[in-house]
Amino acid sequence: MTTNHKRSAILIPIISVLLGIIAGAIIMLVSGYNPITGYSALFRGAFGDAYAIGETIRRTTPYILSGLAVAFAFRASLFNIGAEGQVIVGWLTAVWIGISVDAPMIIHLPLAILGAAIAGAIWGFIPGLLKAKLGVHEVIVTIMMNYIALFSTNEIIRNVLTDHKTTTESIKDSASMSSEWLSSMTYYSRLHYGILLALFVAVIIWFIIERTTLGFEIKAVGFNPHASRYAGMNVSKNIILAMVISGALGGLAGAMEGLGTYGNISVMSGFSNIGFDGIAVALLGANTPLGVILAALLFGSLKEGANEMPTGAGVPTELVDIIIALIIFFVASSYIIRWALLRYQGRKAK
Amino acid sequence: MEYVIEMLNITKEFPGIVANDNITLQLKKGEIHALLGENGAGKSTLMNVLFGLYQPEKGHIRIRGQEVEITNPNIANDLGIGMVHQHFMLVEPFTVTQNIILGKEPKTKTGRIDIKRAEKEIRELSDRYGLKVDPTAKIRDISVGMQQRVEILKTLYRGAEVLIFDEPTAVLTPQEINELMDIMRSLVKEGKSIILITHKLKEILQVADRCTIIRRGKGIGTVNVSETTESELASLMVGREVNFKVDKQPAKPKQTVLKINNLHVRDKRKVDMVKGLDLEVRAGEIVGIAGVDGNGQSELIEAITGLTRVQSGQILLNDQDITNKSPRKITESGLGHIPQDRHKFGLVLDYSVGENMVLQTYYKEPFSKRGILNLKEIYRYAKKMISAYDVRTPDAYTKARSLSGGNQQKAIIGREVDRSPDLLIAAQPTRGLDVGAIEFIHKKLVEERDKGRAVLLISFELDEILDVSDRIAVMFDGKVVADVKPEETNEQELGLLMAGSELQKAGEGK
Ligand SMILES: Nc1ncnc2c1ncn2[C@@H]1O[C@H](COP(=O)(O)OP(=O)(O)OP(=O)(O)O)[C@@H](O)[C@H]1O
Ligand SMILES: [Mg+2]
Repeated sequence: MTTNHKRSAILIPIISVLLGIIAGAIIMLVSGYNPITGYSALFRGAFGDAYAIGETIRRTTPYILSGLAVAFAFRASLFNIGAEGQVIVGWLTAVWIGISVDAPMIIHLPLAILGAAIAGAIWGFIPGLLKAKLGVHEVIVTIMMNYIALFSTNEIIRNVLTDHKTTTESIKDSASMSSEWLSSMTYYSRLHYGILLALFVAVIIWFIIERTTLGFEIKAVGFNPHASRYAGMNVSKNIILAMVISGALGGLAGAMEGLGTYGNISVMSGFSNIGFDGIAVALLGANTPLGVILAALLFGSLKEGANEMPTGAGVPTELVDIIIALIIFFVASSYIIRWALLRYQGRKAK
Repeated sequence: MEYVIEMLNITKEFPGIVANDNITLQLKKGEIHALLGENGAGKSTLMNVLFGLYQPEKGHIRIRGQEVEITNPNIANDLGIGMVHQHFMLVEPFTVTQNIILGKEPKTKTGRIDIKRAEKEIRELSDRYGLKVDPTAKIRDISVGMQQRVEILKTLYRGAEVLIFDEPTAVLTPQEINELMDIMRSLVKEGKSIILITHKLKEILQVADRCTIIRRGKGIGTVNVSETTESELASLMVGREVNFKVDKQPAKPKQTVLKINNLHVRDKRKVDMVKGLDLEVRAGEIVGIAGVDGNGQSELIEAITGLTRVQSGQILLNDQDITNKSPRKITESGLGHIPQDRHKFGLVLDYSVGENMVLQTYYKEPFSKRGILNLKEIYRYAKKMISAYDVRTPDAYTKARSLSGGNQQKAIIGREVDRSPDLLIAAQPTRGLDVGAIEFIHKKLVEERDKGRAVLLISFELDEILDVSDRIAVMFDGKVVADVKPEETNEQELGLLMAGSELQKAGEGK
């Protein structure tokens, strides 16, 4: 079972992605576009030159962190739909600190990053606390927390950070993650140091999950809270902790945008979707850090490559959204694929 | 010879293990056929093959002489094979009827579910086989024994001709076991055929016609039950002589380890279950708690172990007050606990055997240091434990879920005993274990006692209570109503005490 299990853990996401791509091709064909030119434009848009690669990685960066946020909570059997709100408060806090604090970079930048993580952590703590102490389902609370984050952030941008403007001023250089070196290497894309931080955090999260007593407890609570209590673990504490860490990761994803890509924050008419996409990234990555990195890269490239499709092949961007939606659909219904795989293997074994 | 089912030369492999190695089992029409084998011998696997849950690598299945391929349980149902699982698959808030017809609802002409007709049919079925099930009762309101009968009815309702019972008596009280035996007899009288998996040799001798024995995945043979004895069956199955009597010297009790004063505990529905209980267990003795299920035993254990809140009263462990302390605190004060429900409390089924072995100690050295796990140490320890407690598993990295029921139990027992707790609570420690393993566990309990530990044994099996305990506390209606010595009593008397008769004699009302 174990080897089979591992194999299908890798096979299923790959098959899901392939099915999504095939379904996308069919839709392009039906709507009168050439799927080959369409997909080659997509590929060019994502990896065609150094600039495209730089932008793809930039897009991937927050997905890694928001994917990790959702994946980490999943390990404790918690569904953190609130990653979106955690991203937003993280973004806001990072920019706020970036604008208002005066300090040398060595203090300012870490402070801004830490602030974002703490803001996200608080946004995770509240649903965690309600779940652990009162049994309120985290999905409901995190959805509410998303709206609170969105509207209060807009309010703060308009009335606290600016005087009725829609965009804040830029953060100080001492809080910026942008990198002359990375940027020039990729033909002046917006690639920034955040990717290194994201990868580093992924390693740390892997370590926490696989190698620490904290991870041992969180997974145990996720699998079987009764046995965890029997074994002397504090179930409430672990639920709260899992949500706090998950929230901090969401906050960090926001910092990537606030301190790296944009250097400011604007009033949002709707959600950024970085957090929501994190759910799909986590699912596609089977809730493991390495899987999340790969899934985030896929999402980043699809989104980035999509820009090239209208100009390069005349395919509307909406179609790319449809393809991504299809991939998520196939991942979510992965149990159908698993079933088919089992049948196939069962027959082969005869 | 007329066989309803023939499983011929079945081989089923799992990674690292051949669970069934060329096994043949032939079931005659109208017989009760026992399937006997050690824990992990491959009994459940063989039955899952028959029920279409697993596909065998080799071998054929014939039903009434016809070669068939059973690729899923629906096909098994259509072929008239029904399985009564050990873990019931019932919807708690639904009624008996609703559960039975689920997925096979009879419809009225207008397309609505015809509950009335279903109830009538189920009542008829129930009467015919003497099941005494009330079709309108809700599942959550009926006893475990009744729930099992609902499972039986479910298979009958679906037209089963062959019924598979996988360890049906493990969860039943002695009374319920006798009734189940009667039900089985009336089933075969009506022409059904039965495959019965059980570790209790007495039950085989009582009801079965023939018995097929498997050892480590291989078929050893089939014997006529009328021509065999308990000890022959045991040695065929284990491959050596088995000692049914527990060898032990008289106990030399020392200081008091556990002391409970006037304990009151409620269950989840806020009903008083333990009502002013006093109990004392001393170092170097095994105290057995005898009682009919539902007289507060579970609540008592959960209170001692910190899993349930105590309403009032006091629990002292080594003179320390542990009343309403956290489970971790209590464990660290010297308690080991083999829980009654191993799937709910005893194991994290999705963790490996190795991880489960350190479920109580992972946070201590050498298994971790400053919050960082030492996997090498964990698995080294796990390997040692696996061989010390004869847990049959391909390796320490295998998920606990894929172990056979008995081997899961051995893993838990190993984990709890190895910590050498001052007080060991063993709740139904041998449930689902084969006779060889039971012998081993009983020896371990006595060994712990001789090392000066206090052992509290809870069991519904009077044999076990009488054999292993040095002192028996009889529990009835939330209290200890009698304290007797095993050598001065017998099953008869215990049975009466457990039914509360002593109370009546003494004329004390509640
Ligand atoms: N799904 C599975 N994956 C891997 N190994 C398995 C699986 N199911 C069973 N096994 C292994 O196959 C062997 C036979 O298991 P099985 O459950 O059939 O034993 P059993 O005879 O029913 O034992 P018990 O009396 O303890 O219930 C065991 O070694 C078990 O670990
Ligand atoms: Mg079994």
